[in-house]
Amino acid sequence: MEGTLFRGRRERRLGENVAVRLEGLTKRFGEATAVAGVSLEIRDGEFFSLLGPSGCGKTTLLRMIAGFEEPDSGRILIGGKDMVGVPPYRRPVNTVFQNYALFPHMTVAGNIAFGLRMKRMPKPEIEQRIAWALELINLPGYENRRTDQLSGGQRQRVALARALVNEPEVLLLDEPLSALDLKLRQELRVELMNLQERLGITFIFVTHDQEEALVMSDRIAVMNRGQVEQIGATEEVYEWPRTPFVARFIGDSNLIPATATEPRRVHTSLGEFVLDEEDALTLGQKVLLSIRPEKIRLFRDRPNLPNAFRAKVDDIIYTGSENQYRLLAGDTCLMCDTLNQDIQEPGHEEFAYDEEVWVVLPPEKLVVIENSEAKNA
Amino acid sequence: MPAPKARGAWTNWSEPGGNRNSTPSYAYLERIMKRLLSVYAWLVFAFLYLPIVVIVALSFNKSRYGVSWTGFTLEWYSRLFANERVLEYLGNTLVVATVSTTVSTIIGTLLAVGLVRYRFRLQNGLRYLLYTTVVVPDIVMGISLLLLFAEVRSLIGWPRLSLLTIILGHISFQIAYVTLVVRARLMLLDPALEEAALDLGANNWRTFREVTLPLISPGVVSGALLAFSLSLDDFVVTFFTSGSGSTTLPLYIYSAVKLGVSPEIHALSTLMVGATILVLVLGVLFWRNRG
Amino acid sequence: MRESRGGSERLRLAWITVGPGAFWLLLFVLIPTLLMFVASLLSRGDFGTLSLPLGLRNYLRFFSDPVYLEIIGLSVWIGFWSTLLTIVLGYPLAFYIAGSKRKQVLLLMVIIPFFTNFLIRVYAWIVILQKEGLVNAFITAFGLPPADLFPSTFAVYLASVYTYLPFFVLPLYAAVERIDWSLLEAAYDLGAPPVRAFWEAIFPQTVPGLFAGFLLTFIPAVGTFVISDLLGGGKVVLIGNLIQQQFTSAQNWAFGSAVSMILMALVLLGLWLYARTQGERGMDQLV
Repeated sequence: MEGTLFRGRRERRLGENVAVRLEGLTKRFGEATAVAGVSLEIRDGEFFSLLGPSGCGKTTLLRMIAGFEEPDSGRILIGGKDMVGVPPYRRPVNTVFQNYALFPHMTVAGNIAFGLRMKRMPKPEIEQRIAWALELINLPGYENRRTDQLSGGQRQRVALARALVNEPEVLLLDEPLSALDLKLRQELRVELMNLQERLGITFIFVTHDQEEALVMSDRIAVMNRGQVEQIGATEEVYEWPRTPFVARFIGDSNLIPATATEPRRVHTSLGEFVLDEEDALTLGQKVLLSIRPEKIRLFRDRPNLPNAFRAKVDDIIYTGSENQYRLLAGDTCLMCDTLNQDIQEPGHEEFAYDEEVWVVLPPEKLVVIENSEAKNA
Repeated sequence: MPAPKARGAWTNWSEPGGNRNSTPSYAYLERIMKRLLSVYAWLVFAFLYLPIVVIVALSFNKSRYGVSWTGFTLEWYSRLFANERVLEYLGNTLVVATVSTTVSTIIGTLLAVGLVRYRFRLQNGLRYLLYTTVVVPDIVMGISLLLLFAEVRSLIGWPRLSLLTIILGHISFQIAYVTLVVRARLMLLDPALEEAALDLGANNWRTFREVTLPLISPGVVSGALLAFSLSLDDFVVTFFTSGSGSTTLPLYIYSAVKLGVSPEIHALSTLMVGATILVLVLGVLFWRNRG
Repeated sequence: MRESRGGSERLRLAWITVGPGAFWLLLFVLIPTLLMFVASLLSRGDFGTLSLPLGLRNYLRFFSDPVYLEIIGLSVWIGFWSTLLTIVLGYPLAFYIAGSKRKQVLLLMVIIPFFTNFLIRVYAWIVILQKEGLVNAFITAFGLPPADLFPSTFAVYLASVYTYLPFFVLPLYAAVERIDWSLLEAAYDLGAPPVRAFWEAIFPQTVPGLFAGFLLTFIPAVGTFVISDLLGGGKVVLIGNLIQQQFTSAQNWAFGSAVSMILMALVLLGLWLYARTQGERGMDQLV
């Protein structure tokens, strides 16, 4: 799997070189620590997302890479060169800002030309580049528009063109889609992915939207309280969350506290469960079991499967494409999603309120997470 | 008057439009209030403009004394223009205003940028110093500057009270106004715009020149206009910092008024009022064109 | 300056931008004020100079002589009443302008007198109030004896109100513009009669502007010497006139400095009270 990642069913090959390398990056604002010792590597041509709730330090991290904030300690290497202390205007990166930050006193062309003018590029070449950039973002003929005459999506594209026209080694995107409405956001996601693939530029994408990160990225770093909780390929982060925070923040998760009774057997309030985990547990070890709502299976009759137990349907939420069941087993509450299909397969039946059902947690879908919360408590 | 009771209005919530019904019942009362308000407001406007109108009218009156109209004349204007001293005072006033406005606009704009963009010790102290400079009565500023110039002069024999000391004094109060006006504009400016410029390869100076300055220019122009008119208008600080040979128009008007009313002063006042209106109207048109 | 690692560039920029202004204010505002304070502790020397010894004698003189206390009392009194009159005239005017369809034009009509030369505005009242002035021409036309309106305390009040009215209206207008009128409808809806609704829903929203306008009128009215000098004709001596006399005819700079310090203390007290009630945003509204 080294160097090859799955993304949207396409195989992507990443460069061998490290584009950005962060070493023990720390930033404090007064008493508050925004970023606490973050180290990571981003490869050439990678679409890398920093994902986390607001205030988790992802934007501060991005701003340190861009050069708008100086770290209190740690190193930032871009293309192998240490960038700490280098002003933003001498860094080989460009940024797409959250609210676009288009210069209101310049035309579209003026905005796109800005970076090239700063490099003292000759006029004819600037003209060529502007035309190329407008072609790239599907806005040819918009040169002399004023920025306040553009729609939100168009502004976003101009901001993108303004950055890309400088051919940065790394493009930094600070929640670039968050100000747009849902439909437009979905369209632009695809455009952005295609663009990145075509140009082969490394993207560092900051977002709080887990779906956005899952759809677009090669790899995701999930951040919480200034630290990276987990770095991995998108499906890895989703399928094998390593901390309770990641399990909860990306998608929905049922988290069940458990104690190991055997290397592959745990005791929980719902009963004894067997695990299908490669690394074995030590006896008496306290862990959390995580299972995604869509991986829980429901049966009307007792199935001949491991990890089955009885529960009552407490609530049903109809979302259109799915039925979400809230199940009560003792005082433990579980969420379970089933597809709203016309063909009812076993395990995809429809159930009624207050119905007693059989719940199965397939061993291969149970993820063991170290119970950091129990330790802290 | 169909005055709704509290509970009536409350229960009306349940019906569509019920809540609207309770408000227009005061509509006619509101109309009367509005009429009264407009009469009152126009009386206040009359109060504001009566003295100006009187002076303008009298400046064209043939009679030297009194307020009775004895015929139209431009004699007072021609006498005014024949008075070389008045032209000299006008020159002094304009020199002081131009030089002080230029210096204070540059210093004040920089100060505003620094106050908004950077954090440093004594920042709050500096801000309160600015507020105080704006609010403290001008006579306090005038005499403290007089003390400064007198003490420095007794130590090193310089500066003599002159146009220079007037200019120094004017800059001192103008800076505060320019800074606060520009600062208000800067605080509306999205810091990401400057970051975008830096990100696109513009160094600090080019960022300031190509992004910050064009975007705060309305504030800078307003600040400069305010500073200019404060300088033209200033009597008190000028009074304490001027010496012989550095008379400005306000000083001249003051001494002339102390001697009594004269039609030449009417004429001078009319011209100054006219210039004020002209500049303000041009300013408004300028802003309107720039959006 | 507190800066993190690599912030030397920012430090340099902070110095370039703030430096000249801070230096200027230090040299021409802060040091002169300190000088004034020192001068207020000195005594009158020969030919209007200052001389030792140091002491509080000037302050003692001020506070022990009823004449001076009367002067400061009269200054505050006139300042207060002319400010109140200004509010009475200006408060409804701000509402009228804010509610008008042609507010730009009306606003300009307030700004024009605001920018018209101060001395001309004062001078105009002499023309109107003097013995051969407009008012008396009007009165005598009816065969009545001319009134003695100038110089007088009344003239000082009138010219103060006239001069400071635009200073009051402009900040108040800014507050009225921002009023959330839906609160008035909400108050009606909850059963408040019009006057009550205005008082509870609208008036509180204008309080910051009212305070700012009050301060911008009251402080210069207390500190003036030109209006009282020109329209009071020596009858009305305010604290400003006292200071001016000490620096001109009386040539007692030390005592004049002490009176200035007292005036400044008065103003800073008002400003401090204002900052306490209105906070930082209120300070910005003053401009």
